[in-house]
Amino acid sequence: MTQRTTDITVGLFMLAGLAALLFLALQVSGLSPKSAKSTYTIYADFNDTGGITPRGRVSMAGVTVGSVDSITLNKETFQARVAMSIHGDVDNIPSDSAAVIRTSGLLGEQYIDISIGGEMDSLKPGDTFYSTQSAMNIERLISNFASGK
Amino acid sequence: MIDKIASLGRSGADAVISIGRAGRFLGGVLSGVPRPVTGFPLLMKQLYSVGVLSLAIIVVSGLFIGMVLGLQGYTILSDFGSEAAIGQMIALTLVRELGPVVTALLFAGRAGSALTAEIGLMKATEQLSSMEMMGVDPLRRVIAPRLWAGFIAMPVLAIIFSMVGIWGGMLVGVEWLGVFEGSYWGNMQASVDFWDDVVNGVIKSVVFGFVCAWIAVYQGYDCVPTSAGISSATTKTVVYSSLAVLGLDFVLTAVMFGNF
Repeated sequence: MTQRTTDITVGLFMLAGLAALLFLALQVSGLSPKSAKSTYTIYADFNDTGGITPRGRVSMAGVTVGSVDSITLNKETFQARVAMSIHGDVDNIPSDSAAVIRTSGLLGEQYIDISIGGEMDSLKPGDTFYSTQSAMNIERLISNFASGK
Repeated sequence: MIDKIASLGRSGADAVISIGRAGRFLGGVLSGVPRPVTGFPLLMKQLYSVGVLSLAIIVVSGLFIGMVLGLQGYTILSDFGSEAAIGQMIALTLVRELGPVVTALLFAGRAGSALTAEIGLMKATEQLSSMEMMGVDPLRRVIAPRLWAGFIAMPVLAIIFSMVGIWGGMLVGVEWLGVFEGSYWGNMQASVDFWDDVVNGVIKSVVFGFVCAWIAVYQGYDCVPTSAGISSATTKTVVYSSLAVLGLDFVLTAVMFGNF
């Protein structure tokens, strides 16, 4: 085998590796070139975040509009403070909207749903949701039901 | 009794000495980076024999492992009615764990043993010492291209393995068992993160490639130059590489994915 043939085969091999990496990036991990969209951060205080994790989904009417950035404990109120980044083009969330933790399906993952209010003003970057609804806890529901409350 | 204790101590000291020699050997090889112009054809030749010729076994194993994951995953997940999560399961398993690890194990068996046997035979037939007589540094001429080739080829092979496996899983899950194709890819894209999962998998395979190639060339270079010595060096290459890969995989997984 001549040096030239070796070079060409190795070149093809490296190209195949690059193509496979591109496939893993675009098709498998869904990394889109325009993913560096502008976002802004808003906050919500929950009594119980349930199974929400960073990188979790924030949606509005079922459409994903952002993701959870971080979850920290507010030591004064003993509530969980969730920071979420919302896509920059969704800039008209009414200021009396509520952040609700919902579960997709019975056993599915939990996500934050923004339930729309009616106010004309909209939430600005750094604002906090006025009202929130915490994660539904099936065990608590059952124990409430069993004790007849 | 005293003899036994003495031999225990001797084998311990031997192990430490051989690790030290392996480290010094690595230093010698790495300081002899292949020269850009003259070393390049040598590196190409090794990349061909280490990388391109391993492609067949990698592609075939990747395909079958992906297909088995699809079949097994479907059986378990359909019990919970969540067979749509099969794409997520296959992709995360392959990209994080099976891709780098199985590729490294196959690489140790297919390419590592060949490297050891080749270098060992060169030593037994005194080709290495005649190179030294001619003023050619065997570390630079023989060992360095092989080490670098293993180092470069492994991540490429692992990436190809993962891709073929995911495609094989789709073949079984979507084409045969009838999972909706949109949820196969959609669930996968929602749960696989490029930096956390794909890049960490590539980092793993870089580490494995380095360790496997190092063990293979060192065992060949350090073997007893007889036919029995070469055979035991080849065996050691496969055993040590496999153990090192599995042990390192645990450590790397704990560091990369262990922060709950």
